[in-house]
Amino acid sequence: MLMLITYDVRTEDTAGRRRLRRVARACQDFGQRVQFSVFECEVEPAQWVALRARLVGEIDPTVDSLRFYHLGANAARRIEHVGAKPAQDFDAPLIF
Amino acid sequence: MRQHLNTLFVTTEGSWLRKDGANIVVEVEGQERGRVPAHMMGGVVCFGRVAMSPALMGFCAEQGIGVSFLSEHGKFIARVEGAQSGNVLLRRRQYRLADDPVVSAVIAGSIVAGKVANQRTVLRRALRDHGSNMAPDQAAAIDDAQRRLADAARLAAETTDLDRVRGLEGEGASAYFGVFDHLIRAAAPELRFRGRSRRPPLDVPNALLSFLYAILGHDCRSALEVVGLDPQVGFLHRDRPGRAGLALDLMEELRPLLADRVALSLLNRGQLTAKDFEWHDGGAVMLRDDARKTVLATYQERKRQELLHPFLEEKITIGLIAHIQARLLARHLRGDLDRYPPFLWK
Repeated sequence: MLMLITYDVRTEDTAGRRRLRRVARACQDFGQRVQFSVFECEVEPAQWVALRARLVGEIDPTVDSLRFYHLGANAARRIEHVGAKPAQDFDAPLIF
Repeated sequence: MRQHLNTLFVTTEGSWLRKDGANIVVEVEGQERGRVPAHMMGGVVCFGRVAMSPALMGFCAEQGIGVSFLSEHGKFIARVEGAQSGNVLLRRRQYRLADDPVVSAVIAGSIVAGKVANQRTVLRRALRDHGSNMAPDQAAAIDDAQRRLADAARLAAETTDLDRVRGLEGEGASAYFGVFDHLIRAAAPELRFRGRSRRPPLDVPNALLSFLYAILGHDCRSALEVVGLDPQVGFLHRDRPGRAGLALDLMEELRPLLADRVALSLLNRGQLTAKDFEWHDGGAVMLRDDARKTVLATYQERKRQELLHPFLEEKITIGLIAHIQARLLARHLRGDLDRYPPFLWK
């Protein structure tokens, strides 16, 4: 299933910038960055539980926020991209 | 149901693969070319001069991602393997049964029956689709061959003698490859098939087949590792140092569907022409760089297509067949299934 993850992390102090990096890192491990604070992650339900727990553990809920959009298994047709930096399809042939 | 994991192919000379968090990163000349999350990958196949960081190798071994290094022409060179894992009881059972000539012959018979039946499907499909455009003698030859294959498949499923199984496999191969050239509808004389040849392949279809078999071999091997079977100890292919006997066994039924058919499509659709190959001294024919990418892309597309698995009666992607067959084989070895049901392509 495809998850869309967006976040806001307050970066006024070093601890905040650290949280931002760590949230981005967690998302990156499971998916790809499609815009600055927006990640698309293709995960199995069990992987999602792990990723979600990791993200929730990273943020400071008093000042930061996370939003999860469940796009389901048939996500490809619900997404339209216009402009620069199109997302990569990890299910398509990967030949570099 | 396990999701269809993708395979990362790295064909650019001088690529450098490294680990970044849980991502596999492909760099060429210091520039990042691609980045994929490891959890979606089932395997990494590197062609030619491609290097990989030790950290990534260890990570892949740990995550069960098969890593193979092939020469630029697709010849197997090396594979990265982590700590031996899987179920020791299953492996031990596999070794015991592989030592039993009758059990081996029955399993090998199923495998060969599946292979020969699938070869027959390739021929029948060609007859159905293009039979009316073929010269009458060619169509008759194909029809004759498909009958011989039907006989061989039936006999292979019944025999309990390993040498007989091998004989039937050989009969099937000679009937099948005897008419394989008629299936190539491209007119160019350089693209003709002149009998199976390998090490080195001596014509274009052979070069394509050898390349595809190497890739398919990697996939089958990974599938066996995932299930916990030992890819080296086969039933049809007997032990020989450095040979993945069971991976070759598992591959047999899939060759017609995943390699032969893909090779034919590439030639018949005109996606590959004589320009895509190079002729070496001594007659060897090799795929050129760009053509390799075309072949891999077509192969991967093929694996994404869905069909109905005749035994499970479930819709699956073609890429999952190797995993499912490995699982069915494990079930048979454990004694949960009376016979190993080969994959029969309808």
